[in-house]
Amino acid sequence: MRTVFKTTYDADINLFRHGQQAFCYLSLLALAIVLPFTMSDFAIGELTNVLIWAIAGMGLMLLVGQTGQASLGHAAFLAVGCYANVLLQEKLGLPFILSFPLAGLIAGLAGVAVAIPTSKLHGIYLAIATLAISILVDDLIVIAEPLTGGISGLFAPTIEIFGIPFDRYGTPVRFYGLVLFVTVVVVLAYRNVQRTPLGRSFAAVRDSEISAQAMGINVARTKYLAFGLSTAITGLAGALMGHFAGIFNNETFTIIISIQMLLMIVIGGLGSIHGAFFGAIVIALLPQAIAWLRDGIGSVTGTAITIPGLEAAVFGAILILFILFEPMGIYGRWLKIRTYFELFPFYRRDMFRRQRSYLKTERMR
Amino acid sequence: MDVLQLFVSGLANGCVYGLIALGFVLIYKATEAVNFAQGDFMMLGAFITLGLTNDQFWGLPFWISVPIAIVAMGMFGYLIEVIVLRRMFGQSQVSIVILTIAMGFVLRFAAGAIWGHEPIALESPIAGRDVRFGGLVLGLDEIVVIVVTILATLVLYFFFNVTKLGVAMQAASQNQLAAYYMGIPVKRVHSLIWALAGMVAAVAGILFASKGSIDPSIGLLGIKAFAAAVIGGFGSLPGALLGGIVVGLIEPFASYYIAAGYSQVMPYLLLFLILVFRPHGILAQIHRKKV
Repeated sequence: MRTVFKTTYDADINLFRHGQQAFCYLSLLALAIVLPFTMSDFAIGELTNVLIWAIAGMGLMLLVGQTGQASLGHAAFLAVGCYANVLLQEKLGLPFILSFPLAGLIAGLAGVAVAIPTSKLHGIYLAIATLAISILVDDLIVIAEPLTGGISGLFAPTIEIFGIPFDRYGTPVRFYGLVLFVTVVVVLAYRNVQRTPLGRSFAAVRDSEISAQAMGINVARTKYLAFGLSTAITGLAGALMGHFAGIFNNETFTIIISIQMLLMIVIGGLGSIHGAFFGAIVIALLPQAIAWLRDGIGSVTGTAITIPGLEAAVFGAILILFILFEPMGIYGRWLKIRTYFELFPFYRRDMFRRQRSYLKTERMR
Repeated sequence: MDVLQLFVSGLANGCVYGLIALGFVLIYKATEAVNFAQGDFMMLGAFITLGLTNDQFWGLPFWISVPIAIVAMGMFGYLIEVIVLRRMFGQSQVSIVILTIAMGFVLRFAAGAIWGHEPIALESPIAGRDVRFGGLVLGLDEIVVIVVTILATLVLYFFFNVTKLGVAMQAASQNQLAAYYMGIPVKRVHSLIWALAGMVAAVAGILFASKGSIDPSIGLLGIKAFAAAVIGGFGSLPGALLGGIVVGLIEPFASYYIAAGYSQVMPYLLLFLILVFRPHGILAQIHRKKV
């Protein structure tokens, strides 16, 4: 563990805590830029998928991990972003470079519109309300058929920016580059929000609404902003997801996707950007890993095994194990391993022990 | 006549939702946790009965397999609490929600692997028979569903308000630590309530399976039942039943009077409105402490 000797107030809000950290993350970025040139088109597609899920995860993380508001309805905002982006391009003829940020804005406004009536709800009740939103949007897409194409869905056109086409199949490296660019912008925005007064008030609301209020934070306004920012980022991810999938309908954004998003960031580790990425890697690559494993077993035993629903079950089992044995997710485990080596041989098991709280009812206040 | 038949079938559907919702409320009332896998418990209960009864599997008589399934689901609920949920003691509600959602995924897969993903009908003696009241033709299954649900709600209501164990369960929910100091074995109470919820889920599953064919994805009905529980007032047993009936009735009437697509939307629209304007449901359980 490296202790930074802080000589200025800026040291508290620097983007990187010390030079070594800056070097690590910049070399990771360099690797992400170079990597697609060495891989097959299929692998690039998978990598792009991971990045899109990571953006969606960061959107949800801002709300759940940073502000402590559990949402089971973020697939609805993926859908809003995705449909807004494509409809703005198709119906109004806007170029992608305009429709994409507008899609984020529309999803953000939709998030604020949801947050205003629900800001009084806590914990599980908020989760239920957002769950209802997710199901409602799923059904609304079917009902608003003239606009959304209903069950038959919509096609996402090839992205063109200043005449250069970005297509998932035609030019996968370029499409990957575009997604990577958006990812980096979102990561920077996320990091910056974390270090502003707004981000600090998010954390204050998460840790205790009453003490946040006592410190002069407008809790309701903070929640609206958290919702708006979170859903805007999710909307951007949704827009990219639409272009990645090529064709989408209401089935692309069901309640299952909402649940999966929440499970994803819990596996990754709540409250950190890393968690969103780790979770995205698990959720995007798990089907592939299972398929490889299945082919491997199939080629050894000479029989093809197909068990429907295996992915969801493996995902669920991984999640149960994580919640029971590592509630801080993959990132929490990584932190422990890193601390172990940094402090060797002084690491102790209880260093990351969490305080347990005994439950009191919410029905008596 | 149309409206009356719509009403009865809606009522019967609503009673099944109400029974699943009862399972949610039982666990919430006693442990302050929300079991999102309750719908999948129901699915499992239905499939255990089906596996025991149907000729293609074990072929036992219906009236023998029903108690076996109920007891099996009770044991299943007990074991789930002892093995999994007990480790979550003292952790946040949301992480328990996530855990039970994951459990639902695994249960759905397990049921699919054992009994297949094709819809199967339960060979139940109450399925497909009609009862006539004057000009009104009602399914026997619908009447049985309604009667059993009302009985189950009454029994559970008295259990919670009169028996020692029921009161202990309420105490354990209101303040775990204080209940423990008063000599209530909080952990065992939690296990028992999960067993009870498993049994209620089995009853709901058997009734649901009597009304039509089942497949592993019916566990997702739990989401609708959950909406019902919240509409009725989370933490109130009559509220769960009331919410279930409201949801059950609103569905057929919405598709009858508005358009077919709206029957899906209405329960959740109602849920959202209830949450915004009366967050603790129709029969609220909130008692505000006066300072």
